[in-house]
This record gives sequence, C-alpha cells and structure tokens, in this order.
Amino acid sequence: MHLVRIKEERDIVDARGTAKEIAREMGFGLVDQTRISTAVSELARNIFHYAGEGEVRIEADCHPHKGIRITFTDKGPGIEDVELAMTDGWSSARSMGKGLPGAKRLADRMELESEPGNGTKIAIEKWLPE
Amino acid sequence: MIESNSIPILKLKEFLIVSIQTDLHDRMAEQLQYDILNKISETAAKGVLIDISALEMVDSFIGRTLADTAKMASTLDSDIVIVGMKPAVAITLVELGLSLGKVHTALNLDEGYEFLKNLIDEEMQLNGENPTQETEVKKPDASGSD
Repeated sequence: MHLVRIKEERDIVDARGTAKEIAREMGFGLVDQTRISTAVSELARNIFHYAGEGEVRIEADCHPHKGIRITFTDKGPGIEDVELAMTDGWSSARSMGKGLPGAKRLADRMELESEPGNGTKIAIEKWLPE
Repeated sequence: MIESNSIPILKLKEFLIVSIQTDLHDRMAEQLQYDILNKISETAAKGVLIDISALEMVDSFIGRTLADTAKMASTLDSDIVIVGMKPAVAITLVELGLSLGKVHTALNLDEGYEFLKNLIDEEMQLNGENPTQETEVKKPDASGSD
C-alpha cells in the first residue's frame, strides 16, 4: 500500500506518477497505465482544489478482482449534489468539468461517498485483463 | 526540485518551437502558456510547434491549458500546432471526454512544420502577400477560394 498526501500542487504529479509506476509493476499495459494516471490526476486535483488537502491511497489489490484500487479521501466541504457533479461538463472549479465523470469512464469501477461538510471519499478500481 | 526551471522556447525563422520534456504540474503549465504568449508578442512569430511526445498523460487541466493557449495565440495572429501526442494519451483524452477543440495537431515535428508553413502561406495569399515558401513554388489559384 502506498500513501501520497496531497498538500500542494506538485503532490498531484507525485500521486499520478506513483499510481502509474505501481500499475506498470502489476502488469498493466501502457494504455491502462495512462488511464490510471490520468484518473488519479483528476481526482487528486479535486482534493487540492476543493478540500486543500487529503490523501491518495494506492493498493495493488481490489478483491475479488485482480487489479489496482485507489482511494481519495479528504475532509473538505463534500459534494452537495453528487448526481450533478457526475454530469459531464459541470464544474465548480477550474478544470473542464471532466474530473468526476471522466475519471469514472477511465476506471472499471468507482465508488463515491460524500456528505456536505464531512468530506469526500472516492475509490476507483482498474482490473487487469483476464 | 527545480521550481523555476522553465521550459525553453526556441525561435526558428517565423516559428517558435517548444518541447515539453517534463511532467507538467499545473502552475508550470500556466507559466508555459504565459511564456509562449509573451514570446509570440516579442517575436511576432506566425506559428508555434508544441512537442508533447514526452508527455505520458494529458489530463483535463493540461488539455484545457493547451487548448486555451491555442485560442489566445490566434488572437495574437499566431497558429499553434500540437505534435507528437502518444497513442495512449490520445485514447485516454477521448475517453476522458476532452476535446482539444480547434487545436491543430500533427503526428510529428516534420508534419507539424509543413502544416504550419502551408497554413501561413494560405493566409498570406488570402491577404495578397507573398508566400514564404522558397523551395517550392505553389501556383495561387486565381479562380476563387473554393
């Protein structure tokens, strides 16, 4: 298990680099490595922009599947309207409104727990091809 | 960590050439945008080639910054061509749902250069100026623009 704390902007680069490296070691192909590092970049940036700080946990295990599981946790303001945040093109910050829905498309599975005022926890999984 | 290490922008005739050889963090991408626009304004460059062949991913922030830079450059009468995008990056960009808008792209630096040259010659012909081409004389079509 690897933990990357997100406190400043360059930690986003660290998080996506670490995730990519672990994905490569696990045997993911280049396109999947790129999907994983891009999804991590989007979600780690969300932490930085919305919550200021938080953490990215990267695990080479997502039982019952063989794959990588990455969890993004922050104690920020939370997401008021999850459905809206998952809508393409919607953004309350400075990205292109691709963050959440884009990361979901790049992953095989995404879980999101958020309560306004209580932070956000997002987990994505990418499975190794059988 | 070299915080202030900026990405070099080279001038070659009427063009600028930028090769991004490092993993871009957000502020660096914004700084590069500013530097490119400044350099266009300083040199009156007609076109900019941005080589991203070393970029291992382009997320929504970098993508937007590149697309915005192209729009801004065009208001300064300069065209931007993004060259060398890795196939895995292209796949991921589309899946992410990101469109680079009207940004010109080319497979590599050679093709990007040819593309820019042709584009600029066409623009000059439309304006009734002499094309920049030296080696190859293109016959202007006098019968109209369609």
